[in-house]
Amino acid sequence: MDVSQYLEIFIDETKEHLQSLNEQLLILEKEPENEDTINEIFRAAHSLKGMAGTMGYKRMQRLTHDMENVFSEIRAGKMKVKADLVDVLFKGLDALENYLDCIINSADEGTEDNNDIIDALNKCLNDGLGTTETKEEAAPAAPAQTAAATQTAVAVKHLDLAEHEVRAVEKIREDGGNAYSITVFIQETCILKAARAFLVFKDLEEFGDIIKSSPEVQDIEDEKFDLDFSLVIVTKEPMDKIKSVIANVSEIRDVAIEEVVLPAKTETTTEVEKTDANAEAAKKEAAPAQAAAKAAPAKKETQKPVVNRSVRVDIEKLDDLMNLVSELIIAKNGLVSMNNTETKVETGTGFNEQIEYLERITTNLHQSVMKVRMVPIESVVNRFPRMIRDLSKKLNKKMELYMTGEDTELDRTVIDEIGDPLMHLLRNAADHGLESNEERIRLGKPEVGSIFLDAYQEGNNVVIEVRDDGGGINVEKVKNKAIAKGTITAEQAETMSDKDIIDLLFRPSFSTAEKISDVSGRGVGLDVVKTKIETLGGSIETKTTLGQGSNFIIRLPLTLAIIQALMVELGDEQYAIPLGSIETIESVPLEEVKYVQSKEVINLRGSVIPLIRLGQVLDVPETIENPSELTVVIVKKGDKLAGLVVDNLIGQLEIVIKSIGKYINNSKMISGATILGDGEIALILDVNSLV
Amino acid sequence: METNIVNESRQYIVVTLGNEQFGIDIQYVDNIVRMQKITRVPKAQNYFKGVINIRGEIIPVMSLRLKFDLEDDQITNASRILILKIEPQAAVGIIVDEVREVVTIDSESVDKIANASSDEKAAYLSGVGKNGENLISLLNLQAVIIEKEAEVK
Repeated sequence: MDVSQYLEIFIDETKEHLQSLNEQLLILEKEPENEDTINEIFRAAHSLKGMAGTMGYKRMQRLTHDMENVFSEIRAGKMKVKADLVDVLFKGLDALENYLDCIINSADEGTEDNNDIIDALNKCLNDGLGTTETKEEAAPAAPAQTAAATQTAVAVKHLDLAEHEVRAVEKIREDGGNAYSITVFIQETCILKAARAFLVFKDLEEFGDIIKSSPEVQDIEDEKFDLDFSLVIVTKEPMDKIKSVIANVSEIRDVAIEEVVLPAKTETTTEVEKTDANAEAAKKEAAPAQAAAKAAPAKKETQKPVVNRSVRVDIEKLDDLMNLVSELIIAKNGLVSMNNTETKVETGTGFNEQIEYLERITTNLHQSVMKVRMVPIESVVNRFPRMIRDLSKKLNKKMELYMTGEDTELDRTVIDEIGDPLMHLLRNAADHGLESNEERIRLGKPEVGSIFLDAYQEGNNVVIEVRDDGGGINVEKVKNKAIAKGTITAEQAETMSDKDIIDLLFRPSFSTAEKISDVSGRGVGLDVVKTKIETLGGSIETKTTLGQGSNFIIRLPLTLAIIQALMVELGDEQYAIPLGSIETIESVPLEEVKYVQSKEVINLRGSVIPLIRLGQVLDVPETIENPSELTVVIVKKGDKLAGLVVDNLIGQLEIVIKSIGKYINNSKMISGATILGDGEIALILDVNSLV
Repeated sequence: METNIVNESRQYIVVTLGNEQFGIDIQYVDNIVRMQKITRVPKAQNYFKGVINIRGEIIPVMSLRLKFDLEDDQITNASRILILKIEPQAAVGIIVDEVREVVTIDSESVDKIANASSDEKAAYLSGVGKNGENLISLLNLQAVIIEKEAEVK
């Protein structure tokens, strides 16, 4: 059986289980008596064990097995959760994650046994259970079992031979050959055990006939065997030769071979049965060859990082997509048939109808595809509470992480990449940002430091803020450091604004930490963060107040952005206003425009709305006409309304957002551009920065 | 910043702005297109003329003349837009009066600009190349295109 096809599923599910373990353990640490949590952990550990076992990851299985043991005792109320146990469990979790990383990279779990964790688990178990000897057995059972397998138990397993097999053995002995019982032990690290077995079979078939195997060939093919299998071969080659042939197959740990001892002699050798055996052998030969061919490409795959990036998709979403695609085909057929008949009569209305139909389908299709690609940011940030907990212990600072907006959705590609930068920022906040406990008390701040991670959507961007209430960035210190390092000269420093200085932090190998700690301070952090975010098409901004903390603001585009927009005309230029920010469109007689503090406002159904003459803001060449009515597009930003005065409305259009490049500096009023049907470019207004 | 002191020859596209010839390192040139409609981008730096659409990609276009404080471009039949790619995924177009030829200049015939001149323009040049009788100012594209924040203010 080729397990690599299940690898992706395995990895996905393992990730999920690990995540839930992580979350539950964090809860457990706070509420050691929470039964739901304990049950949940038990279930997760149990599923992990099962999955790892199926996939042949023995070490992983062993570790989860012991974790499960501990929880089964806790669940039964025989022991209590203690702080040191939680620590060990977290360590175990890390080890499992390491296994998973190894598996993702090489399809192999690696060779780390993590015996110390297992020992620690068992110790907890024993301590917790007190002196109950019988229970004690349960935990070490697993290591013992594996230990037994590891020890060179190279004994040949004798197979019982059926009558015709015995005859085959006798026959070959008459012909001057011999029959051997062989037991092959495969290395524990071997992934494609079946493939190895086939290679053994294939090589052996060259020298003789394999007349029996245990388990059956079919079962070996399906990988239904542990780490060893046995077979009986009749051959004319000497024993050593056979042994070396098998040993030449890689990932074989050991081979045990000896001559077959026949029980009692039975006569009557019929030709028929002989051919039977031959036919069987031939069949066997064919099967391994076929399967070996199958296994070969699979093996090639395993050499490189094995896993494609995948998104788990709700089957409903897929059904939606399928429906839309079939509708698309219907729409296409409609157009085709129209083209075929092409009767000169009333093509107009039918054509328009089809176009509208098509439009509706493509819009829906786009939305569905977007939905499929969007993943809540939760999947990235939910490992941070754990990280902060560890950092808190490591740095000996009290701190708490507050997260909001975990359900903000981002494109999958962005989600995959954003984890590391965020982690860097959080580590920075924990290590450099927050002061030590004593310092905080001295400054009159709450002893427990706070780190905030807020995510929210803003127009076509998703904003992620990493804030702390620590000391903030000491601009003077950065400046002095930069001068000392020769990054800037003293004269340059004079002319630089605080913002420029803070930006220095994003330069490669620049760190202000006085000491290099485990956590951060090697100066490889912020520049990496910045490059990463920029490659994602985003930007990072820093705000800091000395003594009150700093705030790193990451803006990321919603990728694949196609939006509905209202196209408007200003002079002879076209602009797009995202439909999402438009409240209403009003026609306002000129005399209704009032002035408040010499600014134009209108009173619309009781609320006073400031007017923005878009033409003036955007320096559009003035058109002479002075209409008696203004076309006003009412837009909202948060709960603020504003009226954008435009010359003309063109209509609603689905547009693809494109960047106008990073070189043009336009004070953010333009969020992008789009290409219209005729190849012309229309700029997209960023309502947020206009209002 | 890269300079041409390495002893090797490079190819340059020679363009003209007024009566001066400029050389643009050919490795950065992605495309040369005829003048086309440029969509104005409001509130951009004055030397950015706007954006154009090159096969579905939106590319900002700057006027070298305005960047160098020369008179504004007179668009003629010979005017061209050179599409440059200095950094990956960030193309930019520059408007030139005319594209002349491609020349090969080896580094020995490139003189570095005397640094004494406080001329701002000198920062945009990486040297002066001699091609027969002609002197060609070799553009330091990084300096021309990649803005330092200080300059914006």
